[in-house]
Amino acid sequence: MDLFDKFKPIAEAYAGLRASGADPFKVAFDRIVSPTVGMIGNSEVVLAGTNNYLGLTFDPNVIAAAQKGAAEFGAGTTGSRIANGTYGPHKLLEEELAAHFGLDQAIVFTTGYQANLAVVAGLAGPQDVVFIDADCHASIYDACKLSGAQIVRFAHNDPASLDRRLSRLDRDASNKMVITEGLYSMFGDVAPLAEFIEVKNRHNAYLVVDEAHSFGVFGPNGLGLAEAEGVLADCDILVGTFSKSLAGIGGFAASSLPQFDLLRVAARAYMFTASSSAASIEATRAALREIKAQPELRDKIWANAKRLHAGLAGAGFKLCASPSPVIGVDMGDPGKAAAFWNALLAEGVYVNLAIPPGTPNSTSLLRCSVSAAHTPDQIDFIVDCFTAVATRFAASDAAE
Amino acid sequence: MVGTAAHDELMGELAGMLALLNKGGVVITRATDFNADLNVDSVAVMDFVLEVEDTYDITIPINLLSEVTTVGDFADVVARARANN
Repeated sequence: MDLFDKFKPIAEAYAGLRASGADPFKVAFDRIVSPTVGMIGNSEVVLAGTNNYLGLTFDPNVIAAAQKGAAEFGAGTTGSRIANGTYGPHKLLEEELAAHFGLDQAIVFTTGYQANLAVVAGLAGPQDVVFIDADCHASIYDACKLSGAQIVRFAHNDPASLDRRLSRLDRDASNKMVITEGLYSMFGDVAPLAEFIEVKNRHNAYLVVDEAHSFGVFGPNGLGLAEAEGVLADCDILVGTFSKSLAGIGGFAASSLPQFDLLRVAARAYMFTASSSAASIEATRAALREIKAQPELRDKIWANAKRLHAGLAGAGFKLCASPSPVIGVDMGDPGKAAAFWNALLAEGVYVNLAIPPGTPNSTSLLRCSVSAAHTPDQIDFIVDCFTAVATRFAASDAAE
Repeated sequence: MVGTAAHDELMGELAGMLALLNKGGVVITRATDFNADLNVDSVAVMDFVLEVEDTYDITIPINLLSEVTTVGDFADVVARARANN
């Protein structure tokens, strides 16, 4: 008996992946040249799998704010939010986020993963029931498990499936928390939030929406899908991350629930981890200012998303959803997905490889994410590389 | 429960619902292992739960799946949920 025996199937699958070329889970960029270009050794790679939706990681104001944060507060905080790790910038960012959403309160966490742990495991307990969309992120599944609550899963983006499950427990006295995302990170599809809200209101449940991938991208002010759908005030808690549109690292939750602040003394993921560095918090504050000052960034990312989606669809690829900044390309099987991923990297394009287990409907896909910082030429280059690799693979298949 | 007509009927119904996942045409018994015999991963088992919940109008919290490795284990979970309904 070995502690690692249980990982045998994963180890075998991983070895198979590595045998087909570069290790997709250990890619290291030796230099990041810009939001859309990285270097691996001496090879330049167009980045099309980064979540850097608005391309703000190299914005001069964001960089300057990070430098100022480090200079004024030091490199790290060396403590948790409830001990010595809350600085002025943390408080200011919370006030700014709450004001940005028009909600009463916002709480900042060290990562987006921890934001979900804190909200779900902090609020739900063994006497409660959480209803989770089938395609929710691993952090939400982990949070549900950690909460000790009963976990009821409903079919992805299916309000009727949620309605049936809530109806079965209508007589149950437990609190009910429904969790969905805005934009889903693998297929790039979006939740029917207005329909979910109608259902959750009818059953007197709370709704938590994770806008990790939709904040900054959707809505007239970039607040996310709930704003775009006009239902922000009906969501009980919004969760988000700093590590995508906000160009830093960290997470947040925003709400007008009167006792929301209690999370600070109830959520272990808030209490028992060091707080984000001032550099990251100041970078995030600056990125938030840029999102407000540069609404044209959203026009750019949507133009790029549509251009890439149309290019790939036109080249005959099977895409997982309508145009959005996340474009999943269905490759059919894991072996082909891995081989295609390797070939794309060799051509100079980095995308994300996503294969079962754990992908929706056991799909093997190449996940592209576009940035406002991509030029139209870069988008066309990505499409050209996909097309060239597909042509080569088709010729090789025909020869066999 | 095991050995009763109700149990046999439930096993038959579950085997029918598993047909789509049972690509190898394995004969479904109580001992059939979801992972080893049907090559079904945890996400596919959770998707199967959705279908079973709606078929019997029951709630099966996914917390209970940690006890499930075989179709027999799962039949017991379903039978308990139906009894509590």
